[in-house]
Amino acid sequence: MTNSFFQHKQTAHCESGVISNLLGHYGLQISEPMAFGIGAGIFFGHLPFVKVNGVPGTTYRIWPGAIFQRVCKRLGVRMESEKFSTPEKGMAALDKVIEAGIPVGLQSSVYYLPYFPASYRFHFNAHNLVVYGKQDGQYLVSDPVMDTVTTIDPESLTQARFAKGFPAPKGKMYYPVHVPPTASFEKPIKAGIEQACHFMLKVPIPMFGVKGIRFLSKRVRNYAENPGDRKATLYLGNIIRMQEEIGTGGAGFRFLYAAFLQEAAVMLNKDELSKLAGELTKTGDLWRNFAFAAGRVCKSRSADNVSYKELSDMLLECAASEEVFFKKLAQVKL
Amino acid sequence: MKKEEVPQDSDNLHEGTFKQIMYAVDNSGNYVQVQSAGWEPENIALDQAWEEVNERVKQARARVEAGEISPVAYYMEKNLMDLPLLASYVGKFQWQVKRHMKPGVFKGLSPKLLQRYADAFKVSLTDLLQIK
Repeated sequence: MTNSFFQHKQTAHCESGVISNLLGHYGLQISEPMAFGIGAGIFFGHLPFVKVNGVPGTTYRIWPGAIFQRVCKRLGVRMESEKFSTPEKGMAALDKVIEAGIPVGLQSSVYYLPYFPASYRFHFNAHNLVVYGKQDGQYLVSDPVMDTVTTIDPESLTQARFAKGFPAPKGKMYYPVHVPPTASFEKPIKAGIEQACHFMLKVPIPMFGVKGIRFLSKRVRNYAENPGDRKATLYLGNIIRMQEEIGTGGAGFRFLYAAFLQEAAVMLNKDELSKLAGELTKTGDLWRNFAFAAGRVCKSRSADNVSYKELSDMLLECAASEEVFFKKLAQVKL
Repeated sequence: MKKEEVPQDSDNLHEGTFKQIMYAVDNSGNYVQVQSAGWEPENIALDQAWEEVNERVKQARARVEAGEISPVAYYMEKNLMDLPLLASYVGKFQWQVKRHMKPGVFKGLSPKLLQRYADAFKVSLTDLLQIK
C-alpha cells in the first residue's frame, strides 16, 4: 500500500516512533533515538508488588506518555490531547479531526489490533499508533512498529481505544496544534540527559534505576525458594519479554539510548558522548547475554541454585556497568 | 550489538511477516536501524507465556465440564484476562465476578448481565452458556 499523505517510518518503539512520525509530518525532523533521548526514556524498574497475571512487573523505560510530554515541552510543541467518556463520542471526535486532514495519535490496547500476529496480542494498553485517514469505512493506520502502513476496521479500533484495565486509554487521542518549524536541540538534549541520569542514579526508591537492577538481582538469587522453579521460569520469561519484545529494540532500550548519544555527540560537537555511546553498547550486550542465559533456564524449566546465582551475578554486572556509565554521563559538561 | 549480530531467529509465532527494528552498530561503529525477524530468548519467553495460557484454559475447561466452575472462569482465561480486568469490563466488583464463577450462582444470572459477559468475551450468548 502506498501513502503519499503521511510519511510512515518504521521504528523500534511505539511512543518515540509516533513522536518522530507526527512531528516529521509538520516538518520538524526528529529521529526516534533523538525523541527517546530528549524525553529521557531510559530507565529501570522492578515492581514485585505490581503483578500482571501473577507475574511481577519489570520495565526498562519510563512510564508511558512521559517521553511524549517531555519532548513536547522541551521543543515547544503544543499538543491537543483528549479522553472520552463513551466510545461513540471518541470515535466521532476522531472522525472529525481526520476529516480535517490531521493525523491523530491514539493510545490503544495491543489485544484488539488485528494486524499484529496473534502471539503478540496481550492486554497491553499503552500502545501508540497514528490514524491518518479513512477509506471505504476502514481507518488508515501508521503503526510505528509495523513495516508499512495498514488498515483497521472501526469495531476493532473502538475496542482497542476503549479497552479496560490499567492504564485505561479511555479513547485518548492527541495531535499537535503548534509545531515550531525549526527547533534547537541543544538545550533539550542537555535537559534530557540530566533527567535520565537523575532517574537512573538518584531516585531514593530501591526498585528504581541502578538500585532497581541490584534489587532484581537479589530476588533472582532466591528464585529457587521464592517463588519456586515453576513460577520462576514465568518470572524470568516476563523479564526477557520486557527486555526484548516489540519496542525495546533488543537489550531493553540500551542500544536506542546509545544511538541517541551518538547523534547528540555530533549535534553538540562533544566527542565524549560518542565514547559513552560505545560503553553503553557494551552494557546492552551484557543485557543480551543475560536474556540468553535466562532463556535457557526458561527452556529447561528449572535451574539449580547455581544457575539462578549466575543470572543474579549477570544482573549485578549490568548494574555495575550502568552505574559507571551514568555517573560518567552526569559528569560530562554540556 | 553489531549489525551482523542482529538476530534473525524467526519462528511460527511471528507468522513469518512481522519484523521489528533494532538498533545496531555498523563496521565504522555508527548506529543504524536493522530489521530483526526475532530472537531466540524472546521466542522462548513468548512461547512459554502462551503455553501457560493454554494450560490454564485447558484446566478451566475441564473444571467447567466437571461442574466445578462456571463458563465465566473459562472465558476469562481464554481471553487472557485476570479478575480485576474482567470486573472492569463488566462493571462489577471483583467479589461479584468471583461469585459468578460458581455454577450455581451463574445459573441464576439475569439475561442482561449474561449479555454483558458475552460482550466482554466477544462470544454469543449461546456460546457463553454452553462452552464450545
